[in-house]
Amino acid sequence: MAKLRKYLDRIKPNFEPGGKLHAFHSVFDGFETFLYTPRTTSALSGTVHIHDSIDSKRTMITVVMALLPCFIFGMYNTGYQHWLALGATEFPFWELMLYGFLTILPRVFVAYLVGLGIEFAFAQAKKEEIQEGFLVTGLLVPMICPAEIPLWMLALAVAFAVVFAKEAFGGTGYNVLNVALVTRAFLFFAYPVQMSGDKVYVASGAPFGFGTPLPDAFSCATPLGQIATQSGPELVLTGVDGRVIDTWQAFLGLIPGSFGETSTLCVLIGAVILLGTGMASWRIILSVFAGGLFTGWIANEFASQVYPGSYLNPLEQLFLGGFAFAAVFMASDPVTAARTTTGKYIYGFMVGVMAVLIRTYNTGYPEGAMLAVLFMNCFAPLIDYCVVHTNMNRRTRRLTSKASRS
Amino acid sequence: MSNKSVFFNPFSKNNPVIVQILGICSVLAVTAKLEPALVMGLSVITVLAFSNVIISLIRNTIPTNIRIIVQLVVVAGLVVIVSQLLEAYAYDVSKQLSVFIGLIITNCILMGRLEAFAMANRPWPSFLDGVGNGIGYAIILVIVGFFRELLGSGTLLGFQVVPECAYEAGYVNNGLMILPPMALIVVACIIWVHRSYNKDLQE
Repeated sequence: MAKLRKYLDRIKPNFEPGGKLHAFHSVFDGFETFLYTPRTTSALSGTVHIHDSIDSKRTMITVVMALLPCFIFGMYNTGYQHWLALGATEFPFWELMLYGFLTILPRVFVAYLVGLGIEFAFAQAKKEEIQEGFLVTGLLVPMICPAEIPLWMLALAVAFAVVFAKEAFGGTGYNVLNVALVTRAFLFFAYPVQMSGDKVYVASGAPFGFGTPLPDAFSCATPLGQIATQSGPELVLTGVDGRVIDTWQAFLGLIPGSFGETSTLCVLIGAVILLGTGMASWRIILSVFAGGLFTGWIANEFASQVYPGSYLNPLEQLFLGGFAFAAVFMASDPVTAARTTTGKYIYGFMVGVMAVLIRTYNTGYPEGAMLAVLFMNCFAPLIDYCVVHTNMNRRTRRLTSKASRS
Repeated sequence: MSNKSVFFNPFSKNNPVIVQILGICSVLAVTAKLEPALVMGLSVITVLAFSNVIISLIRNTIPTNIRIIVQLVVVAGLVVIVSQLLEAYAYDVSKQLSVFIGLIITNCILMGRLEAFAMANRPWPSFLDGVGNGIGYAIILVIVGFFRELLGSGTLLGFQVVPECAYEAGYVNNGLMILPPMALIVVACIIWVHRSYNKDLQE
């Protein structure tokens, strides 16, 4: 470690004003503060500030850690679904992992390359430090898309989201909407054929020549996709191999779906990491689940054939699709969520309610978690405003009633 | 103001859409394809020019209290004529534009120009002002329509532009471009480019 520090100190003068590589100073600065917590505090404050080592870069890395269980499971599940689709009876663990890894690797690479590239360019142009807000977004984006989303589409969507949802608003920490979800929304509305339906959620190719490609005619919808298109009164969800999906399987996540969001178990492990390190608000996460359970229960009480999604019991609503993932990793994003304590409960509850409402009662959208979070992102500032002003009014009333009494 | 600047100012420095942010709703509604955008632009130029002239001619006889009503009657009359002409000679396009030709009456640019210019100026400058603002509006409409049709449908004025081999290589038309939100974002991009060239417009 000392060697690395020495090396950085040695090449640092090149990037300072007048140095040969001054044009890249924000890139250097970004990497230096990424590797080492900066020692300096705000220049204005002189000596009164103490520097906490949990700055935004350390925060981002912790969230990435929390995402890893989902990511690793996603690699396994991508391979598992592919092997199932091939009709295999044996599932060699390392081959499944390798298949999933090779499938997702180019997506992660492209997402980071495009997103960080744009962020570096903007930071350089605005003469600001690089804020590694994209460290988390770049990993989230491939995880909430089908594993085989075409690379150019991913690149375009990431560029769109970073420029219009983030940089246009002022960069990391100023965005109104969750950047990863804007990427997904862009893909969802721009390229519906590649983002929904029954052809895309099981990886079919042979990445880097590894594995056996599936025949073109192969199709299998996600459980929520099957619900959206079914018409009969009996709700039977089947996996790739035609066997029935039970609640336990849905909880573990061995079902077709977007790359990283299928496993509720891994999402919960991630939630433990996030809450244990204090990175996410338990109030939001809890109230999202409460909202989902509540609406799921109401829908289930008034189950009808017109809306097949209402046959799901409330727990299954939480296990299927991206609900848990959105609750833990999307809704709790501190930048876009409500910031007041009461506001967090309202915000989270409404995310849960909207997600289940959309997926159950709008047959056009099999899954509502993405739209619910984006929708409530827009309302978060309003919720905060109302909470703050209610409080102010209450205190004014208390003050005036005290004054009139005395 | 000279006649020249009355005519040319609305093209860029005082553009009704990207500087005054007027008439945005029709920009969202009619620009999914280039052809309706062109026709809409022409219609607005015509209506705006002639209503400006008519209002300018009678500006001294209109009682101030009811001037808005008089302006609306003039605009409505012209819009009906344009709409009838379109139905007679360009039926398909008028079908696509549906209510939006009728809604030219409510286009803020019209009322704005009548109130701000025609009520206080002679007919010839008013005519130039009407044509200039109409063209300023039409330019934006055509730019937005161009990008939305090219990227959203791969065509221009109905002709296939994106080659077949691009689709075979995996290119897919961007479905979001057809939806109204993208019109707002394209307008935002135009404003972005425009403001970075005209630093005095930046707030």
